[in-house]
Amino acid sequence: MPDFIAQWLNQNEIFTTMTLMEYWGGMVTTVQLVFLSLVIGLLVAVPLAILRTVRNPFVSGPVWFYTYIFRGTPLLIQLYIIYYGLAQIEGIQETFWWEIFREPFYPALLAFTLNTAAYTTEIIRGAIVSTPNGEIEAAKAYGMNWFMRMRRIVLPSAARRAVQAYSNEVIFMLHASAIASVVTIVDLTGAARNIYSRFYAPFDAFIFVALLYMLLTFALVFAFRKLENHLLKHQRPLNS
Amino acid sequence: MKKLIIAASCALAMASGVAQAQESSSVAEGTEPRHLRIAFDVPYEPFEYKDENGELTGFEVELADAMCEQMNASCQFVIQAWDGMIPGLLARKFDLIMSSMSITPERAERVLFSEPYYNTPGGWFGPESFDTDVTDMEAMEGKTVGVQRGTTMDTYVTEEMGGVVNIKRYTTADDMVLDLEGQRLDVVFVDYPVGEQTVLNKEGFKEVAEPVKLGEGVGVAMRKRDGEIAREVNEALRILKENGTYDAIMEKYFAYDIKM
Repeated sequence: MPDFIAQWLNQNEIFTTMTLMEYWGGMVTTVQLVFLSLVIGLLVAVPLAILRTVRNPFVSGPVWFYTYIFRGTPLLIQLYIIYYGLAQIEGIQETFWWEIFREPFYPALLAFTLNTAAYTTEIIRGAIVSTPNGEIEAAKAYGMNWFMRMRRIVLPSAARRAVQAYSNEVIFMLHASAIASVVTIVDLTGAARNIYSRFYAPFDAFIFVALLYMLLTFALVFAFRKLENHLLKHQRPLNS
Repeated sequence: MKKLIIAASCALAMASGVAQAQESSSVAEGTEPRHLRIAFDVPYEPFEYKDENGELTGFEVELADAMCEQMNASCQFVIQAWDGMIPGLLARKFDLIMSSMSITPERAERVLFSEPYYNTPGGWFGPESFDTDVTDMEAMEGKTVGVQRGTTMDTYVTEEMGGVVNIKRYTTADDMVLDLEGQRLDVVFVDYPVGEQTVLNKEGFKEVAEPVKLGEGVGVAMRKRDGEIAREVNEALRILKENGTYDAIMEKYFAYDIKM
């Protein structure tokens, strides 16, 4: 460890090895929670987005309703309903579901996943419906059936159009995950709140955690720029 | 122009404030009533809460009233959430905190405390079926204990049982009681009167262990630079404790002694 860091650690009362470990634990929880909810959310969102573009209202209607509900209410409320609401159901403590919902992690994961899946569904749906007609007609002219058209033409081209909007959703999700701390999860924000209430030093505790969130955000922005460069290579001018 | 006027009046106010501070020792008591803003975090029954008419009331509110009268000060009551209590005090949003703030060395780094004016023990509450001895660390191994974040009960559990039990920290007592009812918590360790009002009011819950006396008691918190106010507050509290006013207010709210 460089000398100046060691010196700084010795001089202050707040950022001891113990509190840094608490922040680290919080960071691990935040990354787990956000990563899992984004991955599951994306896996759920792709089929839902396709269903959402189907003409039959009995197919697209329920998906529309789901995204409308989850985009129309605050994530905090959704988390409260899932975390506290489920525990109020008579007899749930005796079923195997309680093994899952007893810990705050899974209710939070469920709320985050449902929320991000709703937004992602709409992002992907927007990208699907804006597929140029010519591409679809060309695919039909080649004799591709619906499934092959989706797999080879519509979804890859939609992914290119969706990636920029989706990168915003990912960053919003990281920031929204801060509310996990209200249901006793010690994520980054939870760790900051614990440390704040122990030392009564709001600036130190929260500015440090803000820096950690910024670090995570920069990592995400960087990763998405790489991905965009890869996916949108064909749109760049030749001599760059 | 407007800005100039504001700046000028600010400067004037500050200058007169300094002048007053210098004079205050020579000025006779009671010439100009001191104006104090006192912060409470509600609801925290029976210390501070709103009655059916929405009026602020409770043990500390009445004590604050009596104290202001004793100090000949005009007081204004401010509602402030617990999380922002000390920052709000330091940011001069109000001048005194009388919201059951226990005196701790960490807090005393930031604020100036009066002499303690009450102390309540921490109480262990749990479901009827809970029969573990909370002082037996082996038996408590792996149990989930709920506390309110940043309270002396939190500090106690963190220090005494940190590696043994699973600690869950809550912002409000209501959320904690909900999780106790939902069986996410095995037991809660909470300020005794709060547990009495919330947990014991519910069917199927009991006090599971002897109350634990914690800390140095509760004091009025002020900014460090307000030594003069602190002196007056201590004087007023001392008189109230001696002349029976304190006891009368305490008996209205408590069946047991919390006087310090």
